[in-house]
Amino acid sequence: MKLRIVHQTVYRYDLPVRNLVQSLRLTPSVFEGQRTHDWVIDVSGGIRGPGFRDGAGDWIEGWTVRGPTEEVVVATSGRVETRDTAGVLRGHRELIHPLAYLRDTVATRADAALRDLAAGVTDASDPLGLAHRLSAAVSEAIAYRPGRTEFHTTAAEALAQGEGVCQDHAHALIAVARLRDLPARYVSGYLHSTAGGEAHEAAHAWAEIHVQGLGWVGFDPANRCCPDERYVRLGSGLDALDAAPIRGIAAGQGIETLDVAVNVEEVERFQTQSQSQTQS
Amino acid sequence: MTYYNEMYEGSQVRDPYARLSQWVETMPADFRQMKQAEAEALFRRIGITFAVYGEGGDPDRLIPFDMMPRVFEQAEWRKLERGIKQRARALNAFLRDVYGRAEIVRAGRIPARLVYQNEAYEKAVVGVVPPRGVYSHIIGIDLVRTAKDQFYVLEDNCRTPSGVSYMLENREIMMRMFPGLFRGNRIEPVDQYPDLLRRTLESVAPAKCHDRPTCVVLTPGHFNSAYYEHSFLANLMGVELVEGQDLFVDGEFVYMRTTQGPKRVDVIYRRIDDPFLDPLCFRPDSMLGVPGLMDVYRSGGVSICSAPGAGVADDKAIYTFVPEMVRFYLGEEPLLQNVQTWTLWKDDDYKYVMENLADLVVKEVHGSGGYGMLVGPKSTKDEIEAFRAKIQADPGNYIAQPTLALSTCPTFVAEGLAPRHVDLRPYCLCGDRIELVPGGLTRVALREGSLVVNSSQGGGVKDTWVLSE
Repeated sequence: MKLRIVHQTVYRYDLPVRNLVQSLRLTPSVFEGQRTHDWVIDVSGGIRGPGFRDGAGDWIEGWTVRGPTEEVVVATSGRVETRDTAGVLRGHRELIHPLAYLRDTVATRADAALRDLAAGVTDASDPLGLAHRLSAAVSEAIAYRPGRTEFHTTAAEALAQGEGVCQDHAHALIAVARLRDLPARYVSGYLHSTAGGEAHEAAHAWAEIHVQGLGWVGFDPANRCCPDERYVRLGSGLDALDAAPIRGIAAGQGIETLDVAVNVEEVERFQTQSQSQTQS
Repeated sequence: MTYYNEMYEGSQVRDPYARLSQWVETMPADFRQMKQAEAEALFRRIGITFAVYGEGGDPDRLIPFDMMPRVFEQAEWRKLERGIKQRARALNAFLRDVYGRAEIVRAGRIPARLVYQNEAYEKAVVGVVPPRGVYSHIIGIDLVRTAKDQFYVLEDNCRTPSGVSYMLENREIMMRMFPGLFRGNRIEPVDQYPDLLRRTLESVAPAKCHDRPTCVVLTPGHFNSAYYEHSFLANLMGVELVEGQDLFVDGEFVYMRTTQGPKRVDVIYRRIDDPFLDPLCFRPDSMLGVPGLMDVYRSGGVSICSAPGAGVADDKAIYTFVPEMVRFYLGEEPLLQNVQTWTLWKDDDYKYVMENLADLVVKEVHGSGGYGMLVGPKSTKDEIEAFRAKIQADPGNYIAQPTLALSTCPTFVAEGLAPRHVDLRPYCLCGDRIELVPGGLTRVALREGSLVVNSSQGGGVKDTWVLSE
């Protein structure tokens, strides 16, 4: 699939702020399932700082805005050519040992209900089967319903409530997978929603579970599937915070409001001649 | 249990203590009391105090200073020094390895889970090789002695070991109060430590730094129990003492706010813990760190000492593998011995420890400062049973060791000199070279019979001498 992505985040402050610092994980991953063309990141009024590929294989870019300013726009755009790898993250260069993804965080900490959910999956014959069943169990236990949870909602809270969005599904799946001793992590990215498909937001998140012999495999309990060519992967972490595409902080008293617009559309062909990957 | 007395062999005074023995014998009691009061006044005036966590009371309490020095012969020290340097090299090799290809794990010499599931293992720095491959630049190695030639390592401190200011102040005050003692004994100096520390920090400046490196000491602030030490070291090194809010990231580098405008910082000797270093990488609620610092660090724009993630080497569970590290990385036999350690997540060890609690010392894997530990032989039945319940609730959180017959040093008490148990923390500096000043910090358990030397548990300190040839 050839996808054109435009992602814009506007931060507004009611009072001017200074020394805004951001750490951006906003560049599509490099692996067999996707190739990136002409990817551009720009932060209005910002200075591009350090850029590097981290141990998880994510391209990280630091930006600073000296200010004072009342508005900062983080704009990314580019094209990604995707291929269905049945959810398997093949050809992805990373250095971190999978076992480092067994530790929990506040968002993924297990409670009794999550333990019951994890223990309730009994008929799996192998780790891959177990991962699929855990994902299905999470889909069953948490209904997709926007607006009922927020960024700080934990897996345990979402499960208690029985509803949530993709972030909550991913957190819950990570929690139950780790309980079954499967390394699991949070993935942030984009999803192209086909016409007539589910009305999910284009900014999306899912989970990856490490399966012996296969490596990392994506699972999207919110859509009851594994990532295919409609998915664009940005980066990963222990939870949503750790994998956040944008982490930033500013000095000043200003109260921040946020406006996000993401557009992922399928195009017939890419118009430019450039086939080089950026920042690989 | 018999204890090795470092000053006396029976009624005979050991050689290194000969002159000190004379000094004590000829000292009138009232003179001694006067001097002890003087020492306390000096410590107060300098402001060297040590706040004690969790005990309440006076946060500016003085750590008691004992005027009777502890003495090592040159040959004894040289042997220790070789062992400490060897251990420091192995610990840094281990850190370089587990944040890289992890050969020691692949070789099956250390369990993967012990490394990767360790809370101190920091995945954010996997693949980042700090300048000269050094992760821990100041390593405090806690040693105890059980016989003339028998020393054991109790634990390694690879993050930000504290206490070196006491080593320097103890010497300073002894020299001021008893100049005659230092004329009559040839004692190796320790006051070069701040210069060596600064040299060490400068030697690990990032490749992007082209001038003389600018170093700073980063402190969490004056509420921290070791704040005095932070300002003391910054002062003696001639570098700025800063808090997180004094630093900021701009573009590819870290800067410090000064009256002359921003100044680029190359090396940060941080005395704040990993989770607080950078709210954009670790705890988002940290007010102590510098936003964006980790991105600058990971792209080679600044050096952080000790490197984030260095704590994985000094965990009490990893400790049991340090002799293995020495063999694996250096191809040498360890010169310093570990204390035999039972790890309670192993069934056999658990069984043994539970049956022998009354004879053992049990510690929390991640604990420090002498908190949360059981000294079996010094505990009541009730205390032992209470601790047993804690272990049963979370066996993986504990290790156990035999109760060691810690050596004693004569120490001034109300009635005169009396033996008290001691340990030793030398501070090993790792940069382009590995160096340590002769001696270190001697801690002494002031309560009669006590084997816990931590200042938080009623320990004091002594000046530590290494005699020249």
